[in-house]
Amino acid sequence: MATTMDRTGAEPVHPRPTRRAPWPVEFYRSGVGKKWVMAITGLLLMGFVFFHSIGNLKVYLGAEDFNHYGEFLREILVPILPRTIFLWLMRLGLIAAFAFHIHAAWSLTRMNQRANADGYQQSRDWQAATAASRSMRWTGVVVALFVVFHLFDLTWGTANPDYVRGDGYRNLVASFSRTPVAIFYLLANAALVIHLFHGAWSLFQSLGLNNPRWNAWRKHFAIAFAALIGVMNLSFPLAVMTGLVSADDNDACTKRGDVIERCTEYEEAHP
Amino acid sequence: MHVTLHVWRQAGPGAPGTMETYDAPDISEEMSFLEMLDVVNERLNSQGREPIAFEHDCREGICGSCGMMINGQAHGPERGTATCQLHMRKFADGEHIYIEPWRAKAFPVLRDLVVDRSAFDKIVEAGGYITAPTGAAPDANLTLIPKDVADAAMDAAACIACGACVAACPNSAAQLFTSAKVNHLNLLPQGQSERYQRVLGMVDAMEEFFGSCTNHGECQEACPKEISIDFIAYMNRDYVRAQLKNRKLLSQD
Ligand code: HEM
Ligand code: FES
Repeated sequence: MATTMDRTGAEPVHPRPTRRAPWPVEFYRSGVGKKWVMAITGLLLMGFVFFHSIGNLKVYLGAEDFNHYGEFLREILVPILPRTIFLWLMRLGLIAAFAFHIHAAWSLTRMNQRANADGYQQSRDWQAATAASRSMRWTGVVVALFVVFHLFDLTWGTANPDYVRGDGYRNLVASFSRTPVAIFYLLANAALVIHLFHGAWSLFQSLGLNNPRWNAWRKHFAIAFAALIGVMNLSFPLAVMTGLVSADDNDACTKRGDVIERCTEYEEAHP
Repeated sequence: MHVTLHVWRQAGPGAPGTMETYDAPDISEEMSFLEMLDVVNERLNSQGREPIAFEHDCREGICGSCGMMINGQAHGPERGTATCQLHMRKFADGEHIYIEPWRAKAFPVLRDLVVDRSAFDKIVEAGGYITAPTGAAPDANLTLIPKDVADAAMDAAACIACGACVAACPNSAAQLFTSAKVNHLNLLPQGQSERYQRVLGMVDAMEEFFGSCTNHGECQEACPKEISIDFIAYMNRDYVRAQLKNRKLLSQD
Protein backbone atom coordinates (compact mmCIF):
# COMPACT_ATOMS: atom_id res chain seq x y z
CA MET A 1 0.00 0.00 0.00
CA ALA A 2 1.31 3.41 -0.89
CA THR A 3 2.33 5.36 2.17
CA THR A 4 3.73 8.49 0.57
CA MET A 5 1.91 11.79 0.95
CA ASP A 6 2.24 15.05 -0.90
CA ARG A 7 3.10 18.11 1.13
CA THR A 8 1.99 21.17 -0.68
CA GLY A 9 2.15 23.48 2.33
CA ALA A 10 -0.51 25.79 3.63
CA GLU A 11 -1.43 29.01 1.88
CA PRO A 12 -0.83 32.14 3.96
CA VAL A 13 -4.07 33.20 5.63
CA HIS A 14 -2.86 36.78 5.99
CA PRO A 15 -0.71 37.52 2.92
CA ARG A 16 1.50 40.54 3.50
CA PRO A 17 0.98 43.61 1.34
CA THR A 18 3.90 43.76 -1.07
CA ARG A 19 4.49 47.49 -0.56
CA ARG A 20 6.06 48.47 2.71
CA ALA A 21 4.38 51.29 4.59
CA PRO A 22 6.00 54.07 6.66
CA TRP A 23 7.16 52.62 9.95
CA PRO A 24 4.36 53.48 12.37
CA VAL A 25 1.89 51.97 9.90
CA GLU A 26 4.12 48.96 9.29
CA PHE A 27 4.31 48.44 13.06
CA TYR A 28 0.55 48.68 13.54
CA ARG A 29 0.01 46.30 10.62
CA SER A 30 1.64 43.48 12.56
CA GLY A 31 -0.24 41.56 15.21
CA VAL A 32 2.59 42.05 17.69
CA GLY A 33 2.42 45.81 17.06
CA LYS A 34 -1.35 45.84 17.50
CA LYS A 35 -1.03 43.99 20.79
CA TRP A 36 1.51 46.59 21.91
CA VAL A 37 -0.97 49.33 21.01
CA MET A 38 -3.73 47.44 22.84
CA ALA A 39 -1.58 47.20 25.92
CA ILE A 40 -0.64 50.91 25.87
CA THR A 41 -4.22 52.04 25.24
CA GLY A 42 -5.39 49.50 27.82
CA LEU A 43 -3.01 51.11 30.32
CA LEU A 44 -4.35 54.58 29.47
CA LEU A 45 -7.92 53.36 29.92
CA MET A 46 -6.92 51.74 33.20
CA GLY A 47 -5.47 55.07 34.35
CA PHE A 48 -8.69 56.79 33.40
CA VAL A 49 -10.89 54.22 35.14
CA PHE A 50 -8.70 54.42 38.24
CA PHE A 51 -8.85 58.20 38.64
CA HIS A 52 -12.49 58.34 37.58
CA SER A 53 -13.40 55.89 40.35
CA ILE A 54 -11.23 57.62 42.96
CA GLY A 55 -12.87 60.94 42.07
CA ASN A 56 -16.32 59.43 42.27
CA LEU A 57 -15.65 58.32 45.84
CA LYS A 58 -16.42 61.96 46.68
CA VAL A 59 -20.05 61.00 46.37
CA TYR A 60 -19.66 59.69 49.92
CA LEU A 61 -18.68 63.15 51.14
CA GLY A 62 -21.93 64.67 49.92
CA ALA A 63 -23.23 66.75 47.08
CA GLU A 64 -21.10 69.79 47.63
CA ASP A 65 -17.82 67.92 47.60
CA PHE A 66 -18.87 65.81 44.64
CA ASN A 67 -20.00 68.70 42.49
CA HIS A 68 -17.00 70.74 43.54
CA TYR A 69 -14.82 67.92 42.24
CA GLY A 70 -16.73 68.00 38.94
CA GLU A 71 -16.08 71.70 38.72
CA PHE A 72 -12.39 71.17 39.53
CA LEU A 73 -12.04 68.91 36.47
CA ARG A 74 -13.13 71.79 34.25
CA GLU A 75 -10.70 74.16 35.95
CA ILE A 76 -7.50 72.10 35.71
CA LEU A 77 -4.58 74.18 34.39
CA VAL A 78 -6.89 77.14 34.16
CA PRO A 79 -4.66 80.15 34.07
CA ILE A 80 -2.47 78.35 31.54
CA LEU A 81 -5.35 77.06 29.42
CA PRO A 82 -8.90 78.40 29.16
CA ARG A 83 -11.55 76.64 31.23
CA THR A 84 -12.46 73.04 30.18
CA ILE A 85 -9.63 72.90 27.61
CA PHE A 86 -7.58 70.45 29.65
CA LEU A 87 -10.67 68.33 30.21
CA TRP A 88 -11.25 68.29 26.49
CA LEU A 89 -7.66 67.27 25.79
CA MET A 90 -8.12 64.36 28.20
CA ARG A 91 -11.36 63.45 26.49
CA LEU A 92 -9.75 63.47 23.06
CA GLY A 93 -6.95 61.26 24.38
CA LEU A 94 -9.51 58.86 25.80
CA ILE A 95 -11.48 58.75 22.57
CA ALA A 96 -8.28 57.99 20.66
CA ALA A 97 -7.32 55.28 23.16
CA PHE A 98 -10.77 53.68 22.89
CA ALA A 99 -10.68 53.87 19.11
CA PHE A 100 -7.29 52.18 18.83
CA HIS A 101 -8.08 49.60 21.52
CA ILE A 102 -11.32 48.59 19.82
CA HIS A 103 -9.89 48.66 16.31
CA ALA A 104 -6.96 46.48 17.35
CA ALA A 105 -9.30 44.10 19.22
CA TRP A 106 -11.53 43.77 16.18
CA SER A 107 -8.74 43.27 13.71
CA LEU A 108 -6.82 40.77 15.86
CA THR A 109 -10.04 38.85 16.39
CA ARG A 110 -10.48 38.62 12.62
CA MET A 111 -6.85 37.54 12.27
CA ASN A 112 -7.38 34.74 14.79
CA GLN A 113 -10.58 33.61 13.14
CA ARG A 114 -8.84 33.34 9.77
CA ALA A 115 -6.00 31.32 11.32
CA ASN A 116 -8.38 28.94 13.09
CA ALA A 117 -9.44 25.75 11.39
CA ASP A 118 -12.89 24.33 11.97
CA GLY A 119 -12.15 23.34 15.52
CA TYR A 120 -11.92 20.14 17.49
CA GLN A 121 -14.71 17.58 17.70
CA GLN A 122 -13.81 16.81 21.31
CA SER A 123 -14.19 19.43 23.99
CA ARG A 124 -10.97 21.10 25.04
CA ASP A 125 -9.55 20.47 28.49
CA TRP A 126 -8.21 23.96 29.25
CA GLN A 127 -5.07 24.02 31.36
CA ALA A 128 -4.28 27.72 31.63
CA ALA A 129 -6.93 29.69 29.78
CA THR A 130 -9.45 31.26 32.15
CA ALA A 131 -13.03 32.33 31.69
CA ALA A 132 -11.64 35.87 31.75
CA SER A 133 -9.02 35.31 29.07
CA ARG A 134 -11.49 33.50 26.84
CA SER A 135 -14.18 36.17 27.09
CA MET A 136 -12.10 39.34 26.55
CA ARG A 137 -14.03 40.22 23.37
CA TRP A 138 -17.36 39.90 25.08
CA THR A 139 -16.49 41.67 28.31
CA GLY A 140 -14.92 44.37 26.12
CA VAL A 141 -18.08 44.77 24.06
CA VAL A 142 -20.22 45.00 27.21
CA VAL A 143 -17.90 47.70 28.56
CA ALA A 144 -18.06 49.60 25.26
CA LEU A 145 -21.88 49.51 25.19
CA PHE A 146 -21.92 50.61 28.80
CA VAL A 147 -19.61 53.56 28.11
CA VAL A 148 -21.96 54.77 25.36
CA PHE A 149 -24.98 54.51 27.64
CA HIS A 150 -23.05 56.13 30.48
CA LEU A 151 -22.32 59.18 28.30
CA PHE A 152 -25.98 59.52 27.28
CA ASP A 153 -26.99 59.08 30.90
CA LEU A 154 -24.60 61.20 32.93
CA THR A 155 -22.69 63.38 30.48
CA TRP A 156 -25.33 64.52 28.01
CA GLY A 157 -28.33 63.56 30.11
CA THR A 158 -30.38 62.40 27.13
CA ALA A 159 -30.98 59.03 28.78
CA ASN A 160 -31.73 60.54 32.18
CA PRO A 161 -35.12 62.31 32.54
CA ASP A 162 -34.09 64.01 35.80
CA TYR A 163 -30.85 65.36 34.38
CA VAL A 164 -29.64 68.77 35.55
CA ARG A 165 -26.51 70.01 33.85
CA GLY A 166 -23.75 70.64 36.36
CA ASP A 167 -25.31 68.80 39.29
CA GLY A 168 -23.48 65.52 38.91
CA TYR A 169 -24.48 64.35 42.36
CA ARG A 170 -28.18 64.64 41.76
CA ASN A 171 -27.87 63.09 38.30
CA LEU A 172 -26.05 60.12 39.72
CA VAL A 173 -28.67 59.56 42.40
CA ALA A 174 -31.50 60.02 39.90
CA SER A 175 -29.84 57.57 37.51
CA PHE A 176 -29.29 54.77 40.02
CA SER A 177 -32.74 55.21 41.50
CA ARG A 178 -33.93 53.43 38.34
CA THR A 179 -33.34 49.76 39.21
CA PRO A 180 -32.70 48.51 35.64
CA VAL A 181 -30.01 51.18 35.19
CA ALA A 182 -28.38 50.26 38.47
CA ILE A 183 -28.38 46.59 37.50
CA PHE A 184 -26.90 47.32 34.07
CA TYR A 185 -24.22 49.40 35.80
CA LEU A 186 -23.41 46.52 38.14
CA LEU A 187 -23.22 43.99 35.31
CA ALA A 188 -21.09 46.22 33.10
CA ASN A 189 -18.65 46.86 35.90
CA ALA A 190 -18.49 43.16 36.66
CA ALA A 191 -17.54 42.72 33.00
CA LEU A 192 -14.88 45.41 33.39
CA VAL A 193 -13.44 43.65 36.43
CA ILE A 194 -13.24 40.38 34.50
CA HIS A 195 -11.66 42.19 31.54
CA LEU A 196 -9.05 43.72 33.83
CA PHE A 197 -8.38 40.45 35.64
CA HIS A 198 -6.84 39.15 32.42
CA GLY A 199 -5.93 42.43 30.69
CA ALA A 200 -3.95 43.99 33.52
CA TRP A 201 -1.71 40.91 33.53
CA SER A 202 -1.66 40.29 29.80
CA LEU A 203 -0.41 43.79 29.04
CA PHE A 204 2.96 43.04 30.63
CA GLN A 205 3.56 40.17 28.22
CA SER A 206 2.39 42.23 25.25
CA LEU A 207 4.79 45.02 26.15
CA GLY A 208 7.62 42.57 26.73
CA LEU A 209 7.83 43.44 30.42
CA ASN A 210 9.14 40.20 31.86
CA ASN A 211 11.68 39.64 34.59
CA PRO A 212 11.87 36.53 36.78
CA ARG A 213 12.42 38.81 39.80
CA TRP A 214 8.95 40.29 39.63
CA ASN A 215 7.00 38.11 37.20
CA ALA A 216 4.81 36.69 39.96
CA TRP A 217 3.73 40.23 40.87
CA ARG A 218 2.18 40.83 37.48
CA LYS A 219 -0.75 38.57 38.30
CA HIS A 220 -0.98 39.92 41.85
CA PHE A 221 -1.13 43.42 40.41
CA ALA A 222 -3.91 42.46 37.98
CA ILE A 223 -5.99 40.86 40.72
CA ALA A 224 -5.49 43.78 43.08
CA PHE A 225 -6.24 46.36 40.41
CA ALA A 226 -9.37 44.57 39.17
CA ALA A 227 -10.58 44.08 42.75
CA LEU A 228 -9.97 47.73 43.68
CA ILE A 229 -11.88 48.98 40.63
CA GLY A 230 -14.62 46.47 41.35
CA VAL A 231 -15.07 47.51 44.98
CA MET A 232 -15.18 51.20 44.09
CA ASN A 233 -17.43 50.99 41.04
CA LEU A 234 -19.86 48.41 42.33
CA SER A 235 -20.31 50.42 45.53
CA PHE A 236 -21.90 53.44 43.80
CA PRO A 237 -25.15 51.90 42.55
CA LEU A 238 -25.36 49.74 45.68
CA ALA A 239 -25.02 52.86 47.85
CA VAL A 240 -27.89 54.53 46.05
CA MET A 241 -30.04 51.39 46.02
CA THR A 242 -29.57 50.92 49.76
CA GLY A 243 -30.19 54.60 50.47
CA LEU A 244 -26.69 55.19 51.80
CA VAL A 245 -26.36 57.94 49.22
CA SER A 246 -29.55 59.84 48.44
CA ALA A 247 -30.68 63.16 47.05
CA ASP A 248 -31.63 64.24 50.60
CA ASP A 249 -27.93 64.68 51.22
CA ASN A 250 -27.93 67.53 48.74
CA ASP A 251 -28.94 70.41 51.01
CA ALA A 252 -28.93 72.79 48.10
CA CYS A 253 -31.82 70.92 46.46
CA THR A 254 -35.50 71.22 47.24
CA LYS A 255 -37.32 67.95 47.12
CA ARG A 256 -41.02 67.30 46.92
CA GLY A 257 -41.76 63.65 47.50
CA ASP A 258 -39.33 61.72 45.31
CA VAL A 259 -38.96 64.55 42.83
CA ILE A 260 -36.10 67.00 43.06
CA GLU A 261 -37.41 70.42 42.10
CA ARG A 262 -34.55 72.84 42.38
CA CYS A 263 -30.92 73.02 43.37
CA THR A 264 -30.27 76.50 44.70
CA GLU A 265 -26.52 76.01 44.78
CA TYR A 266 -26.45 75.10 41.16
CA GLU A 267 -28.82 77.85 40.12
CA GLU A 268 -26.84 80.50 41.99
CA ALA A 269 -23.67 79.39 40.28
CA HIS A 270 -25.29 79.45 36.82
CA PRO A 271 -27.89 82.18 36.81
CA MET B 1 -6.66 -2.78 29.88
CA HIS B 2 -9.53 -2.12 27.54
CA VAL B 3 -10.10 1.30 25.97
CA THR B 4 -12.35 2.74 23.30
CA LEU B 5 -10.79 5.07 20.74
CA HIS B 6 -12.58 7.83 18.86
CA VAL B 7 -10.24 8.76 16.05
CA TRP B 8 -10.42 11.36 13.30
CA ARG B 9 -10.28 9.59 9.94
CA GLN B 10 -9.72 11.59 6.78
CA ALA B 11 -8.71 10.04 3.46
CA GLY B 12 -6.64 12.91 2.16
CA PRO B 13 -6.09 16.69 2.05
CA GLY B 14 -9.39 18.52 1.74
CA ALA B 15 -11.40 15.30 1.99
CA PRO B 16 -14.25 15.26 4.50
CA GLY B 17 -13.36 13.52 7.75
CA THR B 18 -15.26 11.95 10.62
CA MET B 19 -14.66 10.53 14.06
CA GLU B 20 -14.58 6.73 13.92
CA THR B 21 -14.86 4.48 16.96
CA TYR B 22 -12.46 1.56 17.56
CA ASP B 23 -12.63 -1.00 20.30
CA ALA B 24 -9.15 -1.67 21.74
CA PRO B 25 -9.09 -4.61 24.17
CA ASP B 26 -5.94 -6.22 25.62
CA ILE B 27 -3.80 -3.11 25.83
CA SER B 28 -0.88 -3.19 28.24
CA GLU B 29 -0.45 -0.31 30.66
CA GLU B 30 3.26 -0.36 29.83
CA MET B 31 2.65 0.53 26.19
CA SER B 32 3.35 4.00 24.98
CA PHE B 33 0.45 5.75 23.30
CA LEU B 34 2.01 5.13 19.88
CA GLU B 35 2.59 1.45 20.66
CA MET B 36 -1.07 1.20 21.53
CA LEU B 37 -1.89 2.72 18.13
CA ASP B 38 0.54 0.25 16.50
CA VAL B 39 -1.38 -2.64 18.05
CA VAL B 40 -4.71 -1.18 16.93
CA ASN B 41 -3.27 -0.70 13.42
CA GLU B 42 -1.99 -4.27 13.23
CA ARG B 43 -5.44 -5.52 14.11
CA LEU B 44 -6.96 -3.22 11.47
CA ASN B 45 -4.40 -4.46 8.94
CA SER B 46 -5.17 -8.09 9.65
CA GLN B 47 -8.86 -7.35 9.08
CA GLY B 48 -7.93 -5.75 5.75
CA ARG B 49 -8.93 -2.29 6.97
CA GLU B 50 -6.97 0.90 6.46
CA PRO B 51 -4.69 1.57 9.47
CA ILE B 52 -4.74 4.93 11.25
CA ALA B 53 -2.08 7.22 9.79
CA PHE B 54 0.04 9.12 12.31
CA GLU B 55 3.50 10.62 12.23
CA HIS B 56 6.37 9.36 14.39
CA ASP B 57 10.09 8.88 14.22
CA CYS B 58 12.35 8.91 17.29
CA ARG B 59 9.73 7.78 19.80
CA GLU B 60 11.77 9.38 22.56
CA GLY B 61 10.51 12.95 22.53
CA ILE B 62 13.28 14.59 20.56
CA CYS B 63 12.27 14.69 16.91
CA GLY B 64 8.91 16.44 17.13
CA SER B 65 7.24 14.19 14.54
CA CYS B 66 4.48 12.82 16.72
CA GLY B 67 1.65 14.83 18.10
CA MET B 68 -2.10 14.61 18.38
CA MET B 69 -4.90 16.13 20.37
CA ILE B 70 -5.80 13.54 23.02
CA ASN B 71 -8.85 14.07 25.23
CA GLY B 72 -8.78 17.82 24.71
CA GLN B 73 -5.08 18.25 25.43
CA ALA B 74 -2.21 18.48 22.97
CA HIS B 75 0.03 15.41 23.50
CA GLY B 76 -2.47 14.13 26.06
CA PRO B 77 -2.82 14.48 29.80
CA GLU B 78 0.81 14.21 30.92
CA ARG B 79 2.85 17.41 31.32
CA GLY B 80 6.16 17.88 29.56
CA THR B 81 5.97 14.84 27.29
CA ALA B 82 5.37 14.25 23.61
CA THR B 83 2.72 11.73 22.53
CA CYS B 84 5.42 9.08 22.05
CA GLN B 85 6.41 9.39 25.72
CA LEU B 86 2.85 9.19 27.01
CA HIS B 87 1.99 5.84 28.55
CA MET B 88 -1.27 3.97 28.69
CA ARG B 89 -1.07 3.82 32.48
CA LYS B 90 -2.12 7.48 32.39
CA PHE B 91 -5.55 6.30 31.24
CA ALA B 92 -8.22 4.41 33.12
CA ASP B 93 -9.44 0.97 32.16
CA GLY B 94 -12.58 1.37 30.10
CA GLU B 95 -11.80 4.98 29.22
CA HIS B 96 -12.98 6.60 25.99
CA ILE B 97 -10.04 8.33 24.31
CA TYR B 98 -10.61 11.04 21.71
CA ILE B 99 -7.81 11.49 19.19
CA GLU B 100 -7.62 14.23 16.57
CA PRO B 101 -4.96 15.88 14.44
CA TRP B 102 -3.60 19.36 15.26
CA ARG B 103 -6.09 21.86 13.93
CA ALA B 104 -5.10 25.19 12.42
CA LYS B 105 -5.46 26.68 8.95
CA ALA B 106 -1.67 26.61 8.68
CA PHE B 107 -1.60 22.86 9.44
CA PRO B 108 -3.77 21.23 6.77
CA VAL B 109 -4.61 17.60 7.47
CA LEU B 110 -2.83 15.25 5.05
CA ARG B 111 -4.44 12.08 6.29
CA ASP B 112 -6.05 10.99 9.58
CA LEU B 113 -3.75 12.37 12.28
CA VAL B 114 -1.00 13.63 9.97
CA VAL B 115 -0.78 17.37 9.33
CA ASP B 116 1.50 19.42 7.13
CA ARG B 117 3.63 21.64 9.38
CA SER B 118 5.71 23.22 6.64
CA ALA B 119 4.46 26.69 7.68
CA PHE B 120 6.98 26.31 10.52
CA ASP B 121 9.73 25.94 7.93
CA LYS B 122 8.72 29.29 6.42
CA ILE B 123 9.25 30.93 9.81
CA VAL B 124 12.66 29.35 10.30
CA GLU B 125 13.70 30.29 6.76
CA ALA B 126 12.92 33.91 7.59
CA GLY B 127 15.67 34.18 10.21
CA GLY B 128 16.30 31.01 12.17
CA TYR B 129 20.02 30.95 11.33
CA ILE B 130 23.22 32.86 12.02
CA THR B 131 25.61 34.02 9.37
CA ALA B 132 28.37 31.45 9.64
CA PRO B 133 31.85 32.90 9.93
CA THR B 134 34.16 31.55 7.26
CA GLY B 135 37.74 30.56 7.97
CA ALA B 136 39.19 28.39 10.67
CA ALA B 137 37.08 27.32 13.63
CA PRO B 138 37.36 29.88 16.45
CA ASP B 139 39.01 28.88 19.73
CA ALA B 140 36.70 27.34 22.27
CA ASN B 141 35.54 29.74 24.99
CA LEU B 142 36.58 32.76 22.93
CA THR B 143 33.12 34.19 23.44
CA LEU B 144 32.15 34.26 27.08
CA ILE B 145 28.50 33.57 27.81
CA PRO B 146 27.03 34.02 31.30
CA LYS B 147 25.50 30.83 32.69
CA ASP B 148 22.00 32.33 32.95
CA VAL B 149 22.14 33.33 29.31
CA ALA B 150 23.41 29.94 28.16
CA ASP B 151 20.70 28.21 30.17
CA ALA B 152 17.94 30.43 28.79
CA ALA B 153 19.14 29.96 25.22
CA MET B 154 19.29 26.22 25.79
CA ASP B 155 15.74 26.20 27.18
CA ALA B 156 14.54 27.93 24.02
CA ALA B 157 16.59 25.60 21.82
CA ALA B 158 14.78 22.62 23.35
CA CYS B 159 11.88 23.29 20.97
CA ILE B 160 11.27 20.25 18.76
CA ALA B 161 8.79 22.07 16.49
CA CYS B 162 6.04 19.53 17.10
CA GLY B 163 3.29 22.15 16.75
CA ALA B 164 1.54 21.45 20.05
CA CYS B 165 1.64 25.17 20.93
CA VAL B 166 -0.37 26.04 17.82
CA ALA B 167 -2.72 23.10 18.35
CA ALA B 168 -3.39 24.10 21.95
CA CYS B 169 -3.84 27.80 21.24
CA PRO B 170 -7.45 29.01 20.91
CA ASN B 171 -6.14 31.57 18.38
CA SER B 172 -3.97 29.12 16.41
CA ALA B 173 -1.03 31.39 17.19
CA ALA B 174 2.55 30.18 16.80
CA GLN B 175 4.10 32.61 19.27
CA LEU B 176 5.71 29.98 21.49
CA PHE B 177 7.39 28.19 18.58
CA THR B 178 8.54 31.42 16.93
CA SER B 179 9.75 32.98 20.16
CA ALA B 180 11.76 29.85 20.96
CA LYS B 181 13.37 29.90 17.52
CA VAL B 182 14.02 33.65 17.75
CA ASN B 183 15.43 33.56 21.24
CA HIS B 184 17.75 30.59 21.15
CA LEU B 185 19.77 32.80 18.81
CA ASN B 186 18.85 36.29 19.98
CA LEU B 187 19.92 35.62 23.54
CA LEU B 188 23.43 34.56 22.57
CA PRO B 189 26.32 36.81 21.55
CA GLN B 190 26.63 34.85 18.29
CA GLY B 191 23.08 35.83 17.36
CA GLN B 192 23.46 39.57 17.86
CA SER B 193 24.35 40.75 14.36
CA GLU B 194 21.07 39.51 12.94
CA ARG B 195 19.04 40.00 16.10
CA TYR B 196 16.59 42.67 14.93
CA GLN B 197 16.47 41.50 11.33
CA ARG B 198 15.70 38.04 12.63
CA VAL B 199 12.82 39.00 14.90
CA LEU B 200 11.20 41.17 12.21
CA GLY B 201 11.53 38.51 9.54
CA MET B 202 10.34 35.64 11.68
CA VAL B 203 7.39 37.49 13.21
CA ASP B 204 6.29 38.70 9.78
CA ALA B 205 6.51 35.17 8.39
CA MET B 206 4.64 33.81 11.41
CA GLU B 207 1.81 36.28 11.00
CA GLU B 208 1.21 35.25 7.40
CA PHE B 209 0.07 31.84 8.64
CA PHE B 210 -0.94 32.02 12.27
CA GLY B 211 -3.13 33.93 14.70
CA SER B 212 -2.18 36.46 17.35
CA CYS B 213 -1.27 35.84 20.97
CA THR B 214 -3.75 36.76 23.71
CA ASN B 215 -1.68 35.35 26.56
CA HIS B 216 -3.94 32.46 27.50
CA GLY B 217 -0.85 30.40 28.33
CA GLU B 218 -2.22 27.14 26.86
CA CYS B 219 0.91 26.68 24.70
CA GLN B 220 3.23 26.56 27.69
CA GLU B 221 1.09 23.84 29.29
CA ALA B 222 0.99 21.80 26.09
CA CYS B 223 4.68 22.08 25.23
CA PRO B 224 6.46 18.72 25.61
CA LYS B 225 9.66 20.68 26.32
CA GLU B 226 7.93 22.98 28.84
CA ILE B 227 9.14 26.10 27.05
CA SER B 228 8.09 29.22 28.94
CA ILE B 229 5.91 32.04 27.62
CA ASP B 230 8.64 34.33 28.97
CA PHE B 231 10.19 33.89 25.53
CA ILE B 232 7.06 35.38 23.97
CA ALA B 233 7.57 38.52 26.05
CA TYR B 234 11.24 38.68 25.01
CA MET B 235 10.24 38.34 21.37
CA ASN B 236 7.63 41.11 21.69
CA ARG B 237 10.24 43.32 23.30
CA ASP B 238 12.76 42.68 20.53
CA TYR B 239 10.11 43.25 17.87
CA VAL B 240 9.23 46.69 19.21
CA ARG B 241 12.90 47.57 19.56
CA ALA B 242 13.58 46.40 16.02
CA GLN B 243 10.97 48.85 14.78
CA LEU B 244 12.72 51.72 16.53
CA LYS B 245 16.43 50.94 16.20
CA ASN B 246 18.70 53.01 14.03
CA ARG B 247 20.41 50.11 12.27
CA LYS B 248 23.60 52.13 11.83
CA LEU B 249 24.05 52.21 15.60
CA LEU B 250 23.49 48.49 16.10
CA SER B 251 26.96 47.80 17.43
CA GLN B 252 26.54 50.45 20.13
CA ASP B 253 24.13 49.97 22.96
C1 HEM C 1 -12.32 51.06 30.22
C2 HEM C 1 -12.22 50.23 29.28
C3 HEM C 1 -11.13 49.22 29.01
C4 HEM C 1 -9.98 48.94 29.69
C5 HEM C 1 -9.46 49.60 30.95
C6 HEM C 1 -9.32 47.87 28.98
C7 HEM C 1 -8.10 47.31 29.33
C8 HEM C 1 -7.47 46.32 28.63
C9 HEM C 1 -6.15 45.84 28.89
C10 HEM C 1 -5.21 46.37 29.95
C11 HEM C 1 -5.89 44.85 27.99
C12 HEM C 1 -4.63 44.02 27.87
C13 HEM C 1 -3.83 44.47 26.68
C14 HEM C 1 -2.82 43.51 26.19
O1 HEM C 1 -2.40 42.56 26.82
O2 HEM C 1 -2.41 43.71 25.07
C15 HEM C 1 -7.04 44.69 27.17
C16 HEM C 1 -7.15 43.76 26.16
C17 HEM C 1 -8.27 43.62 25.38
N1 HEM C 1 -9.36 44.44 25.36
FE1 HEM C 1 -9.72 45.95 26.62
N2 HEM C 1 -10.06 47.50 27.89
C18 HEM C 1 -11.18 48.32 27.88
C19 HEM C 1 -12.18 48.32 26.96
C20 HEM C 1 -12.28 47.41 25.93
C21 HEM C 1 -13.29 47.45 24.93
C22 HEM C 1 -14.36 48.51 24.83
C23 HEM C 1 -13.07 46.36 24.12
C24 HEM C 1 -13.81 45.84 22.91
C25 HEM C 1 -14.77 46.32 22.29
C26 HEM C 1 -11.93 45.66 24.60
C27 HEM C 1 -11.43 44.50 24.07
C28 HEM C 1 -10.24 43.95 24.42
C29 HEM C 1 -9.69 42.76 23.84
C30 HEM C 1 -10.33 41.88 22.76
C31 HEM C 1 -8.46 42.57 24.43
C32 HEM C 1 -7.46 41.50 24.06
C33 HEM C 1 -7.46 40.44 25.03
C34 HEM C 1 -6.20 39.70 24.99
O3 HEM C 1 -5.37 39.94 24.15
O4 HEM C 1 -6.06 38.84 25.84
N3 HEM C 1 -11.46 46.33 25.70
N4 HEM C 1 -8.00 45.60 27.57
S1 FES D 1 8.24 10.53 17.78
FE1 FES D 1 9.89 11.90 18.00
S2 FES D 1 9.07 13.27 19.44
FE2 FES D 1 7.55 11.77 19.44
